[in-house]
Parts: sequence; structure tokens; C-alpha cells
Amino acid sequence: MAVKSLKKQGSDLAQSNKQLEILSNGIFQTGELPTFKNKISESNQFPLKAKKLEILQINVGYMCNQVCDHCHVDAGPDRKEIMTRDTMRQCLEVIKNSGAHTLDLTGGAPEMNPDFRWFVEEAAKVGIKDFIVRSNLTIIRANKKYYDLPEFFKKHNVHVVSSMPHWTRGKTDKQRGDGVFDKSIKALQELNAVGYGMPNSDFRLDLVYNPSGAFLPGDQAAMEKDFKKALLEDFNIQFHNLFAITNLPIARFLDYLIASENYEDYMYSLVEAYNPAAVKNVMCTNTLSISWDGYLFDCDFNQMLELPVNSKVKHISEYNEELLEGRDIVISQHCYGCTAGAGSSCQGNTIPADA
Amino acid sequence: MSKTYYDPADLRKFGNITEWSEELGNKFFEYYGKVFEEGALTAREKSLIALAVAHTEQCPYCIDAYSKDTLQRGVTKEEMMEAIHVGAAIKSGATLVHGVQMMNKVNKLDG
Ligand code: SF4
Ligand code: SF4
Repeated sequence: MAVKSLKKQGSDLAQSNKQLEILSNGIFQTGELPTFKNKISESNQFPLKAKKLEILQINVGYMCNQVCDHCHVDAGPDRKEIMTRDTMRQCLEVIKNSGAHTLDLTGGAPEMNPDFRWFVEEAAKVGIKDFIVRSNLTIIRANKKYYDLPEFFKKHNVHVVSSMPHWTRGKTDKQRGDGVFDKSIKALQELNAVGYGMPNSDFRLDLVYNPSGAFLPGDQAAMEKDFKKALLEDFNIQFHNLFAITNLPIARFLDYLIASENYEDYMYSLVEAYNPAAVKNVMCTNTLSISWDGYLFDCDFNQMLELPVNSKVKHISEYNEELLEGRDIVISQHCYGCTAGAGSSCQGNTIPADA
Repeated sequence: MSKTYYDPADLRKFGNITEWSEELGNKFFEYYGKVFEEGALTAREKSLIALAVAHTEQCPYCIDAYSKDTLQRGVTKEEMMEAIHVGAAIKSGATLVHGVQMMNKVNKLDG
């Protein structure tokens, strides 16, 4: 388990250009593995184009109460980057004027931003259909001031999407830190108690599963069944859907892959599992990601690799739907992570099971 | 690196066996694929059986492949090790049960 962010450790891998260099050299430069660009060109899907904006994903800061091994944000208690209320106001303007139907708040732990509640309250007024908060669950139990979060979420009809690496303590704590499992279970029970995740409840509670090591996630539907059975039998916990997400070789997960000598094999696995049908719905095609300081990216991963949108418009204050729509999406080798198997996005598979 | 009989990277070349006998190779992979589909047994259960058999067969490629496959399906370390014990029990049981044959033979020859 990591104790500090790579940034705090002064690691080379805290620099995005270093990460991109690793991702583009070695097995890719020798031609042993095709580049993502060549791969999607084979099925005439290059360049990837942005469609109409549907989801605005806002990263309200990299501060987090956890330091998970696989974190692609390199988040942690030592990260101070945090979105200001001014930038939030600019986001709200865009939400009002754009056709986005989903707002997706992420971090770090979004709840740790001091203006988090203000933002949720303001954003709830602007007619967004699906208002998602990506909660790491333990934050609800981290400190008294967060204990009422389940009630707060309910009051504003927030859709809670929570990370849950496994239904067993050992696997969860290995990835996210000692004690995380017990706190997460408690938080889930509290969310259930106010009505979240119950079979006929409108208060949506979805879980995110991503593998604890250098392997890809298994079948999403089968994993959902196993999670539901185990959590219900062992802890009387219910939830709606499970999203299986592939770990992308970025930041701390990349560091782990290299340190454990799994990097090459993992990249081979991603490329071998490449599925051209998963390309069509990768999340960058209908999502815009906004960083804590208001810059625009095709997705949260590109944000962490500091690959800005390919458009004249670079900042939320200059937002212009026409100029952004149809832009070429910026891709690199990490994109293999979104197109392996049934595809992976913040909403889980990009190909529905019955497709 | 010293040369060994087994190279983990060879597992990635498994599909190449069709090159020297296309029809039989394809038939094998078709059959293999079907066997591991969800059926009366779940794909997860099949993966655990495969892991146990990989050990009794002592095939390093299969051990690598099904260690990964079971992990991908959310199987825990404890479940994996129990599966291997099942394989080991059958393997040792199968050895020991032949002891009856030995006893029969010895009793007949030397009773
Ligand atoms: S993975 Fe999530 S919970 Fe873990 S350190 Fe990163 S942002 Fe925090
Ligand atoms: S990593 Fe980002 S840009 Fe690349 S395919 Fe995934 S969502 Fe799109």
C-alpha cells in the first residue's frame, strides 16, 4: 500500500511526460505491439471524433483520504490541488447552457473540496438528469463532519457511484489500505439505511469494481452477480449496478506495473484483448473532463497525462460547444485500456452484455 | 538468462499451432471455447476446475493462464488453494487406491 502520492515522493512518474515516454517506447517502438492509432485505423475509426456533449465530468480536486495502489490520479492527503468556487461558477454556467444531461463529480475524494456541498446544491437547480458523485465510501466514515453525507446525497437526489474492489476484506484492504473494507461496508449499510441501492428505490447506488492487480476485469454481469450475492449474504447490503473498469497504465498503477515487472505483460494483455467494437462508445466521445483549475480534457486519464483537448478552446471560461463538438480526440497507448474486452468507461463496459 | 524448456512468452503463441494443421487446430480451439462457456456450471466454476487440473497435469502454461483467469473472475487466493488441494487429494487418492491392486497381487502371489 502506498503511503504518499508519487508527487510527494518526488518520483519521476509523477511527471506526465515521463509516463507518456514509457507508454510510447519499448514494446511499442520496436513495432512488437501496434500503436493504438494504427489499431483503430484498421477499422477506420481514426481519428476518434467527439460527438454531442452528454456528460460533464468535473474533477474538483486531487485531495483524498486514501492513497490506493492503483490510483490513476495519484491522489492522496498530500495533494492540495482543489477547485475554487469561481471555477465551479464557470462550470455551472456551462451546465446551464450546454445540452449535457449528466454531471459527474470526481476527484480525489470530491467530498473533501470545501465547496462541495455548495456546488451540489447549486448544480441541483439547473436541471441535470443524472447527478453523479464518485465516492470512495470511506470518506463517509472518515470524520464526523461527513457522517451526514448519505442524508445530504438523498436530499439532492445525488447518484452515488462507489468504489468497491472486492467483497472480501483481504483484497479490498490490499488495494486501498487497512481498514478500508470495514469502513466501506459500514458506509454502504448507512446508504442502504436511507434508501440508497434498494431494489425499487430511485436513489441510485452503483459500485465500481476494478482489479486489485495486473489483470483485466472479468465479465461484468458475472461479477455483479457474485458481488450482490456475497454482500447480501454477508452484510445485508444491496446496490443497483456494478461497473467493471479496467485499470489504465497511468500514475500509481503504472508505477506498480513497472515495479512488479508486470508492465510488458499487462500491455500485451490489453492489446490482445483489444476489441474494435468497444471503440465506438469510449467515454471521450460524449464526455468532457474539467480539471480542478478549469482546463478541458477528453477524459480524466488525458487530464492526468496533461494531454489537453485538441481545440482552440482550452478552458471552461472559454467554453464553446460548436468549437468543441467534432474535435479530434487526443489518443495515446493508454487508450488500449478503454477498448479491451467489453470496453471500459466510467460507466463500466462500453458494450452492453446483450449486444 | 539461462535457457529453460519453458518460456512464459510461448503461451502467447499457443494460437499458432493451427499453422501446421489448420483444421484440427481450429476444431480444438472451437471445442475449447465451447467447453469454457457458461453452462450448467458457471464460467467461474469451470475456471477453478481448470486451475486444479492445470496443477495435476503440471502444465506451467495452464497454471499461468488459469491463475490469471481465476483472478479476473474475482476468485480469492483461499479458493484457489482449496481447488488445488482438491486436485492434490484426487491425485494422491488415485495413487493410493492402486495400493489395493498391489495388495491383491501380493496376496495372490505370496498369500
Ligand atoms: S483511487 Fe480514489 S479513493 Fe483511491 S486514492 Fe485515488 S481518488 Fe482516492
Ligand atoms: S483514455 Fe481517454 S481518450 Fe483514450 S480512449 Fe479512453 S476515454 Fe478516450
